[in-house]
Amino acid sequence: MVVQALKEQGVDTIFGYPGGAALPIYDEIFQQNDIRHILVRHEQGAVHAAEGYARSTGKPGVVLVTSGPGATNTVTGLMDAMLDSIPLVVLSAQVPTFMIGTDAFQEADTVGITRPCTKHNWLVRETDKLAETIHQAFHVATTGRPGPTLIDIPKDVQFANGTYTPSAKAATAHYTPRVKGDAEAITDLAEMMETAKKPVFYTGGGVINSGPAASQLLRELVEATGFPITSTLMGLGAYPASGDKWIGMLGMHGLYEANMAMHDCDLMICVGARFDDRITGRLDAFSPGSKKVHIDIDPSSVNKVVQVDLPIIGDVGHVLEDLLRIWKARGRKTEKAALSAWWVEIDGWKAKDCLAYTGDDKVIQPQYALERLEALTKDQDRYITTEVGQHQMWAAQFLHFEDPGHWMTSGGLGTMGYGLPASVGVQMAHPDALVVNVAGDASWLMNMQEMGTAVQFRLPVKQFILNNERLGMVRQWQELLHGERYSHSWSESLPDFVKLAEAFGCKGRVVTDPADLDDAIQEMMDYDGPFILDVLIEKHANCFPMIPSGEPHNKMLMGPDVDTQNAIGAAGKKLV
Amino acid sequence: MSALRIKEGSSRKSAYDLRNPNADLIETHTIACIVDNEAGVLARVIGLFAGRGYNIDSLTVAEIDHLGHRSRITIVTTGTPAVIEQIKAQLGRIVPVHEVHDLTVDGRSVERELAMFKVVGDGEKRVEALRLADIFRANVVDSTLGSFIFEITGAPEKIDAFAELMRPLGLEEVARTGVAALSRGKM
Repeated sequence: MVVQALKEQGVDTIFGYPGGAALPIYDEIFQQNDIRHILVRHEQGAVHAAEGYARSTGKPGVVLVTSGPGATNTVTGLMDAMLDSIPLVVLSAQVPTFMIGTDAFQEADTVGITRPCTKHNWLVRETDKLAETIHQAFHVATTGRPGPTLIDIPKDVQFANGTYTPSAKAATAHYTPRVKGDAEAITDLAEMMETAKKPVFYTGGGVINSGPAASQLLRELVEATGFPITSTLMGLGAYPASGDKWIGMLGMHGLYEANMAMHDCDLMICVGARFDDRITGRLDAFSPGSKKVHIDIDPSSVNKVVQVDLPIIGDVGHVLEDLLRIWKARGRKTEKAALSAWWVEIDGWKAKDCLAYTGDDKVIQPQYALERLEALTKDQDRYITTEVGQHQMWAAQFLHFEDPGHWMTSGGLGTMGYGLPASVGVQMAHPDALVVNVAGDASWLMNMQEMGTAVQFRLPVKQFILNNERLGMVRQWQELLHGERYSHSWSESLPDFVKLAEAFGCKGRVVTDPADLDDAIQEMMDYDGPFILDVLIEKHANCFPMIPSGEPHNKMLMGPDVDTQNAIGAAGKKLV
Repeated sequence: MSALRIKEGSSRKSAYDLRNPNADLIETHTIACIVDNEAGVLARVIGLFAGRGYNIDSLTVAEIDHLGHRSRITIVTTGTPAVIEQIKAQLGRIVPVHEVHDLTVDGRSVERELAMFKVVGDGEKRVEALRLADIFRANVVDSTLGSFIFEITGAPEKIDAFAELMRPLGLEEVARTGVAALSRGKM
């Protein structure tokens, strides 16, 4: 029945790991050929792979795990999907209903444990309710602000026969978040756009979650108005990096021009973003002179950390469509002269060239490695995943994304170990594409077992490891905040990544000389199978520019020769 | 009102228009949620308050529609206006929560709580307890030669006041139901 319901939901791939309580479902999977099951090496990997699959396709990712440890291992992935609004349906097996509560073998209170890290979860006690619950789970995961759902299925419920409820008959009516924005509020926004002198679009992952049409509408709106646009880490690709209104990513490691534009603007139009602390910096000095408009499908995102002047609750795609129509109908007006002056100001900030770094012909600088990766891969059908840390921020700064759904990274939760399994999920969805996981040595080790999955399923994922033998971002913060006392932030006893690749049955190469880098990247791309490229980089490089904790947007630390001592005040040190 | 002339820190669409949302003023609000009466729904609501660090002053829950499997959860909570807004929005995100009403903002409402007091004593104190109970319209629901159990219904303040009076007269135990509340007038 589970497989039947999944088929009806259009599922073609599930990521999972079997175990005692899940055996009846696995037996069903064995007897069919419509749904491919990808055997991961750890349940956390299954969830991240499903996230990669979901982000790169727009379809919900599906995971199947057993009870107890199988279910508890999904928790990090679920929380990751919760914070980044990724639609997932996780099926976890449970001990039989008559054994629940007895501390049975591999029993865990899965719905209790996963309640705060799912959008909704269910324990199904009757087989007759099973199909309907699965349909509801897909509905909840994909409707409104997307998120993960979990269905806990006891073994006796899996074994019993019951009545199948088709998707069309499943009761989903009551959960229907509003998608249309208030027309009056949208008209107010159009009016504000007409008179704004220093406007900026601040966009986020909500644009991507809303679907390709929303990205298209955003592009149309930006081109028509001529307003500058910046984006959060999660929203990269919604507006093309090659577009001339693009001023780069904003936030803690965002571009100087983007953060300065946010600080000095008079109208901030937030589209599907949530004023995360990595974006806002010091709150009481956040964009002091602007009217703020917030378009979001989730009412709880509005006025959560930043008070806005005009909230518009609705789906980004619907609201942008109405906004574009209303603004055009009112005569496509903007303050042209003021806008030109605003662009002159922005171009002045751009001229600072905030990503500048000191080149080196002996040691590979991480920025250089990513510049070369970008140059050699940008014309390919390319998907990028990342782990979490310095390499992630460098990747966001130096790689350019032209389309939504091509950039998969752990933003909200900051999960080290996300990138490798996510690349497996992306490659499953796009077998012919070039999928590169930009990784750090420390993050990559956290879920390295998934190389086995990549090899088994012949997924040619490319692991681009920027190896500084450090926990680079931790090291950077210790340099900035803790008097260069590098407590436990170096990686001793690192494996030989080339031998590791061979041990997994794929290929690896180590590169230390900048002159060999292009050749190494080319070999990685050309190799027909998974590949680990171990790029030994400068060990003490810091990621700049940076808004130090406790400081506003206009107080950025600029590389490469900044004084890192005393850069952060006492109050900033208490922040995360 | 022109969209550009919205007062600083407020908005026309906001539920707390004209109040400074950044004020540190702590307010008490009574919030009623209509929820599906399904396993775990109360845990979801309580977990939200615990996980996000909101206060619960009192909480009552009971099924109100047996056929529709609906329960009403009434929560009395305190927080700054911004926190109260967040609480309501976060409650609204929970899938089995159908409606969220802020009875403190929506208009005038009636709040009632039921409490039982066990008062142990004899002589003058016993007579005095009975006399005060009469003034507060409390009923005697159990009586022995040395004790009474009073049942009292009313607004929480009335019950607090009664408790204060009973304390010197031999108050041994209190059981309170928490607040149930409805808005006044037609829907």
